[in-house]
Amino acid sequence: MERLSAGHGLLQAVRDVSLELEAGQTLALVGANGAGKSTLLRSIAGVHRPTSGRIKLEGRDVTNIPAHRRVRLGVALVLEGRRLFPGLTVEENLRVAAATRPGPWNVEAVLEAFPNLRRLRRRTAGTLSGGEQQATAIGRALMSNPSVLLLDEVSLGLSPAAVDLVYGSFQKVRAQGSAMLIVEQDLGRALDVADRVVCMLEGRFVLEAKGHDLSYEQVTRAYFGLDRSVAADAQ
Amino acid sequence: MIWLNAVIQGVLLGGFYALLACGLSIMFGVMRIINLAHGDLAVLGAYVVWLLLSTYHVPLALAVVVALAVMLALGYLLQLAVLDRSLRSGVLTPLLATFGLSVVVQNALLIAFSPDVRSLGGDAGSLAISSWRLTSEISLPLLGVLTLAVAILVVEGLQAFLRRTTLGAQWRAASEDAEAARVVGIDASRIYAAATALAVAIAALGGIALALRSTFEPSAGPTQLIFAFEAVVIGGLGSLRGTLIGGILLGIAQALGSVVNPQYAVLAGHLVFLAVLAGRNSGLLSAARWQALRPRGGVTT
Repeated sequence: MERLSAGHGLLQAVRDVSLELEAGQTLALVGANGAGKSTLLRSIAGVHRPTSGRIKLEGRDVTNIPAHRRVRLGVALVLEGRRLFPGLTVEENLRVAAATRPGPWNVEAVLEAFPNLRRLRRRTAGTLSGGEQQATAIGRALMSNPSVLLLDEVSLGLSPAAVDLVYGSFQKVRAQGSAMLIVEQDLGRALDVADRVVCMLEGRFVLEAKGHDLSYEQVTRAYFGLDRSVAADAQ
Repeated sequence: MIWLNAVIQGVLLGGFYALLACGLSIMFGVMRIINLAHGDLAVLGAYVVWLLLSTYHVPLALAVVVALAVMLALGYLLQLAVLDRSLRSGVLTPLLATFGLSVVVQNALLIAFSPDVRSLGGDAGSLAISSWRLTSEISLPLLGVLTLAVAILVVEGLQAFLRRTTLGAQWRAASEDAEAARVVGIDASRIYAAATALAVAIAALGGIALALRSTFEPSAGPTQLIFAFEAVVIGGLGSLRGTLIGGILLGIAQALGSVVNPQYAVLAGHLVFLAVLAGRNSGLLSAARWQALRPRGGVTT
């Protein structure tokens, strides 16, 4: 992703950011509400049209490829709020997403990775709990065997037990060699799981570091823009 | 006996209304588009058959097949070129777009075919006039039975497609949440185009049934739209089986009304429609299975 900018009308949500993600790498994107995280993810997946910049996948420019075809090239997004098809059963939710990419994921493999879904496979998705829905949503994204998995607000609104289950599944995803880009509100979780952490503030990257090099304190300062306002005050 | 006969004829008439309404139901169910040009597209289908018969003198069955293919293609293009764009700017725009389309189709038909009243009844030969005599007072017209059979076949075929196939599940997925469908690799625009193609072709079937059983002219569409609309609302918005039942109820009401007095036929249908609206505004079989397309786009960060 090179020099990407995106906005909503006159509001510029993402300002000229560049990012590179290698296979098998996990990157956590943190930042306050309105920092531009979701817009960035949606731009990468193709459901939001960036105003400028390029998105490349394995060297190929995919900036102008519509979302449904980008899935076939290996980009999968778990939208904020799960966004399952509420009238379809769990199994149908998984099956409709089967794109034509070869790989290890299929309905059986997803049910293997999320054992709690097995007994729910004939239930309509609208009747599931938040954790079960998130598991189904992640499973649905995995069905296309993505090389890049984008997850927006993974743990938002989930019980701690459900979050454990979801994060447990990431090991399997990583083992398949997929790169992950996770938007996470829970800083502890983000620092724990990620190889790299990027902090966004008002559409820009204000901090970028290896996960284990970072302290909670450093991220907090970047998150709220404390260092910047100190610098501004000094002038 | 006269009442029994009215109910039987009403069920057959209802098959015609259900066939007419099916496409309206599909477009509402899949895309939440209320197609005000539906009746005019039905009449256009009848004109395509009429044109093939009168100009090229092909057999009726062949003319119907060709007309359905033409209407499928027309529906596909209509969605991609007009309705897909209008969907992007809110709920009201598609309604206005189809209203405009209705005016355009009516006037184009008027220019092309003159305001003369036509019928395909004469070309259908025995199809239009054969019947089975059950008793001295009750007989089943072949055309009515055929229309009802086609309506049931269309509804049950669509139902099986939507419920049992993966492609059908993708249609329902695109209907429930177009954006979520796109991020899992479903081309929602193409599904919408296929749905409109199907809806327009089935509308044409309804128009052909109209042309075989009675007459049509360029301005016949809006009346048919009203009957189709009533069938959809009585049965429950977006439910295909509901539309079938709604059409049949409408047919029975009209037939019973006409027993009381021939000029009460249409009125009786309207009264049933109003009674259902007053009693249960979501229709008899509500559209819970389809779910409303949730307009969630909005600004997310």
